[in-house]
Amino acid sequence: MSTTETTASGIGPVEGASLYSVDNPAPVIEPPRKRTKKTPKSTRGNFELAAWLFMRLSGVVLVVLVIGHLLIQLVLDGGVSKIGFAFVAGRWASPFWQVWDLLMLWLAMLHGANGLRTVINDYAERPNTRLWLKGLLYTATVFTILLGTLVIFTFDPNIR
Amino acid sequence: MPAGTLYRGREGMWSWVAHRVTGVLIFFFLFVHVLDTALVRVSPEAYDTVVATYKTPIVALLEYGLVAAILFHALNGLRVIAVDFWVKGARYQKQMLWTVVALWVVLMIGAIYPVLGHAARELFGS
Repeated sequence: MSTTETTASGIGPVEGASLYSVDNPAPVIEPPRKRTKKTPKSTRGNFELAAWLFMRLSGVVLVVLVIGHLLIQLVLDGGVSKIGFAFVAGRWASPFWQVWDLLMLWLAMLHGANGLRTVINDYAERPNTRLWLKGLLYTATVFTILLGTLVIFTFDPNIR
Repeated sequence: MPAGTLYRGREGMWSWVAHRVTGVLIFFFLFVHVLDTALVRVSPEAYDTVVATYKTPIVALLEYGLVAAILFHALNGLRVIAVDFWVKGARYQKQMLWTVVALWVVLMIGAIYPVLGHAARELFGS
């Protein structure tokens, strides 16, 4: 009897007769998801968990910051028509609104960047495409956060 | 499409799609918005010139769209948090979505005059 003709049951054509014996033992099947010596511990940190939590925590804060921002800029006191250099200067004279805008900038950029990272991971299938898109995303994010922070901290109402 | 699926083609999937699309749109606007605000470090004139485009009727319409995207993303984001952290969140996800949509419609009606009023005055005279 040849082993190549046998079915997955491991039972031979003659009922009850085992395929395997002491001289011909059944192959050991490794259990799935068993840790091997090559990966003694998880090789990943908890980055994805931290990112997931950050999205929720920053999201709650952003709801307050952004809707407040929209009310001030687009709804109250004439809406968008009042906005100009003088209006910006008036608001950034107060540390409260400087901190508000700084916090909103950082949280919104990081929240958005992590969201786009997820989108890139989902749709860009080639590793090279993913690499380049994420490189572009991280570059734009760092640039925008630094530029915005610099503008808030170095704003000069008497620039002219 | 297979019948009787809980997710595909149903409220859960479409709210996920809308959340994703609005999120990407808001992020791109945010990038542009930080750049235009940075013009306050160039000169008051440069800033005021660019902000003037934000006051034109066509851009006012885009602003209304931005408000629509942000309000949906904010309200649905709170729903996602409720689904994740509230014990009964997953059971009531559908009801919560329709609450989100209803609130969104009310807020969007409320935003018509403040956001688009100046554009209407400019187009049709005061």
